[in-house]
Amino acid sequence: MSLATDTTARQAGTFRVTRSRRNVAWTGAGALIVVVVLALFPYIVYSGTTAILVQAFIVLTMSSMWNLLAGYAGLVSVGQQAFVGLGAYFVLILAIHGTSPFAALPVAAIGCGVAALPLWWLVSRLRSGYFAIATWVLATTVLLIIEKFSSIGGGTGMPLPGLSGYNPALLTAYTYWAALAVTVAALAAIYLLLRSRLGLVLTAIRDDEVAARSSGARVGLARMLVFVVAGIGCGAAGGVLAISQLQVQPTAVFTVVWTAEMAFVTIIGGLGTIEGPIVGTVVYMVLQQTLASYNAWYLIIFGLVAIFVALFARRGLWGLVDSRINVRLFPVGYWLRLDTDRPRRLRLRAPRG
Amino acid sequence: MAWVNAIIQGVLIGGLYALFACGLSLMFGVMKVVNLAHGDLAVLAGYIAIGIIAVVHVPVLLSFVVVVPVMAALGYVVQRTMIQSALDRSVLTTLMVMLGLSVVIENGLLQFFTANTRGIGTGLSLITASFSIGSQIQIAYLLVVIFATAVVVLLGLQFFLSRSKYGRLIRAVADDREAAQLAGADYRHVFGIAAAIAFGTVALGGIAYGMYSQLNPTAGTDTILLFAFAAVVIGGLGSLWGTLLGGVVLGVAQQIGAQISISDEALAGFIVFLAVLVVRPQGLISRRAQS
Amino acid sequence: MTGPADGGRSESGAPLLEARDLTVHHGQLRALDAISLRVFPGEVYAIIGANGAGKSTLLRTIAGLHHPSTGSVWFDGTDVTRLRPERRAGQGIVMVPEGRRLFESLSVEENLQVGAAYARQGPWTIERVYETFGWLRERRKQLAAQLSGGEQQTVALGRALVANPRVLLLDELSLGLAPVVVQRIYGMLPEILATGLTVLLVEQDVSQALRVASHIHCLLEGQTTLEGRPAEVTADQVEAAYFGLAGAAPAGPPGREGEP
Repeated sequence: MSLATDTTARQAGTFRVTRSRRNVAWTGAGALIVVVVLALFPYIVYSGTTAILVQAFIVLTMSSMWNLLAGYAGLVSVGQQAFVGLGAYFVLILAIHGTSPFAALPVAAIGCGVAALPLWWLVSRLRSGYFAIATWVLATTVLLIIEKFSSIGGGTGMPLPGLSGYNPALLTAYTYWAALAVTVAALAAIYLLLRSRLGLVLTAIRDDEVAARSSGARVGLARMLVFVVAGIGCGAAGGVLAISQLQVQPTAVFTVVWTAEMAFVTIIGGLGTIEGPIVGTVVYMVLQQTLASYNAWYLIIFGLVAIFVALFARRGLWGLVDSRINVRLFPVGYWLRLDTDRPRRLRLRAPRG
Repeated sequence: MAWVNAIIQGVLIGGLYALFACGLSLMFGVMKVVNLAHGDLAVLAGYIAIGIIAVVHVPVLLSFVVVVPVMAALGYVVQRTMIQSALDRSVLTTLMVMLGLSVVIENGLLQFFTANTRGIGTGLSLITASFSIGSQIQIAYLLVVIFATAVVVLLGLQFFLSRSKYGRLIRAVADDREAAQLAGADYRHVFGIAAAIAFGTVALGGIAYGMYSQLNPTAGTDTILLFAFAAVVIGGLGSLWGTLLGGVVLGVAQQIGAQISISDEALAGFIVFLAVLVVRPQGLISRRAQS
Repeated sequence: MTGPADGGRSESGAPLLEARDLTVHHGQLRALDAISLRVFPGEVYAIIGANGAGKSTLLRTIAGLHHPSTGSVWFDGTDVTRLRPERRAGQGIVMVPEGRRLFESLSVEENLQVGAAYARQGPWTIERVYETFGWLRERRKQLAAQLSGGEQQTVALGRALVANPRVLLLDELSLGLAPVVVQRIYGMLPEILATGLTVLLVEQDVSQALRVASHIHCLLEGQTTLEGRPAEVTADQVEAAYFGLAGAAPAGPPGREGEP
């Protein structure tokens, strides 16, 4: 039964378009509760746990950004580590000149957003595969350029100034809250972005780029905006990384392993949904903690799982859940509600891949 | 004169880069697959050679004879199974599978061989020896051999592609996969052959690299993949000799960069790559404009 | 339609190629609705219809490039529905695709060589193609991309012929070509048929189809609206079937009568 016949058959009735099947007020309240509980952690748990959570937040932020790029804008970047590194170095540079690293975070994030513009100009004309490697080359180039400046540590790196005055317990707490704040801000930004007109444009591009263009959507502009936002997000994560490691070491912050982690977390969790990276991050942290003593093994297994999921469970773990219970914690799609019985979902978003 | 030496070194090492690049170019030209694991395959081949030499004590040159066909066969199998499945799904899936493969290979090598660098020693004095022209120019015999090998391989590849039945099929499938199917060709088999060639040539490059320089598990992504890609872009996709030209330009750019400052070697190459990307994205010799 | 139910065609034996209740979907769009047809040896079977009627989809499904949702394709008494396109070509079902689809970076000769790579045994060789289409021999080293539309169509035809098909599928031969060129290419059909081939073609140009066909099959929005010998159908009937006007005599399952 097609939608056309359905609506014409019910000409007498009305229909309306809503954001979600159920009232999302409770999910919003739930999210708020979760955030508050998380914020209380430094008072409740050991610093070992908060350190692990800081790592999780960093990975979650970066993965959400990668998800935004690949799952919504169709940009597969293997060079996001450029922004992770730039974020870390912006914080370092500001700290060297006397700013508190925590205060430097937002500035570093914005700096990465600005840096994203010339980088976008370099690679924007390239298509998928070429775009992927070109971003990688770009990231490596940025690394090589930064390594030339001995005033910020050159090839060996340097400790992050401005943190030695803190009481260690307080430092871990502040680091934790900074990481939490960055993650919450990142997820909120992505959620609002996708619910906005830009989100609609992105979904249109993803489904049919030519049709989107001919409907007047500014495809190039939309993609650039997403690239910049992802740059800001990854940059913020990089800043938190620098603070949590108390030092900035070029090969550590610019390594492609960050992008591999972002990509795998997203794929395993579920591409194209906001919940996906959250699920993926949980899997990642569990793997990492259980295999931590076997260094390279967790990456090997992680890679194998990613390959398996990419081939056989394309919508990822969240996708498996989603298709069964049809719940969105972060609803960004639309529902068509006819004035009778159950609403039927108007799937405006189709999963990529 | 030091500059002349730099240029000569750059030209010669372009041969090695061409060996790396031609497989990458082939896989992208025929199957539209960007093999992110390409560099790691070269390193893997090098380590297999090291393993074989250590266990069976064959002369180094014989290790080529074993490793290259093994890698080629591996390429056919991997293409027919993993890569084909990924291709049947989407571009993103393919990229993720190749990235996954890269991570698995690299960390697998790290786990078994540690991060220490290894070289493929030959015991042959030829390998370390060099000859001089004048006082400032010193050329390693090995480098000349590698360059000559690259030229021979490219000539062979060109002959294969233009004269043989499977070479024609590869070009046909690259042009129009469906029309090739209608003519009776199983394009999955043709893809397999192209992958076998790609894996074989990159294996050759990897062993050569192990002899000329030192192998370490992350060299695949740190240097080889990015240099290969740069050579392809600079030279232009769709042209075998373009990859040689691209390799040479990259090599020369790097050596000139090294003359300016020893740490600028790789950077100089990437800057040239970015410049080409901006100014002439289809490369120096392009048969097909890159879309 | 007058005369025996299938116009006496079955007297020549079993059908060589058969489509049984083929239903094909493009995503959610139903392109073909339970289409059946039978092509007997030696026939020139023409499928006509407006744009979007499903003609090319039907041919592509028979060639193996589309999977039917339901229904089957039979060749020489065997169910080939599950067979991949390259295997069908090996069996003898060879298609000249819409838009020529030559291998642009290959020369004329190389295009023919690819066509011959998996050829069956038979009367057609590259040499014979050169003899049949005289001008090809001098231009055989030229890149396919440099030829004109009509020349490319000839090469595409030659590429299919060297595979020695038993059924030749021709998809919109006349597309983008001048009428004179089209006439010339269709003029080769008798010679092709003389070597024992059967032809199933899709054609937008109805009068051209009526000139060469021994059997006509008209499609409209995925359904059969007319079937029969050209001599037995009137121009009005064809027009009605083509456009779906009232007065068309549907040969398929009952349905769209009276609908525009």
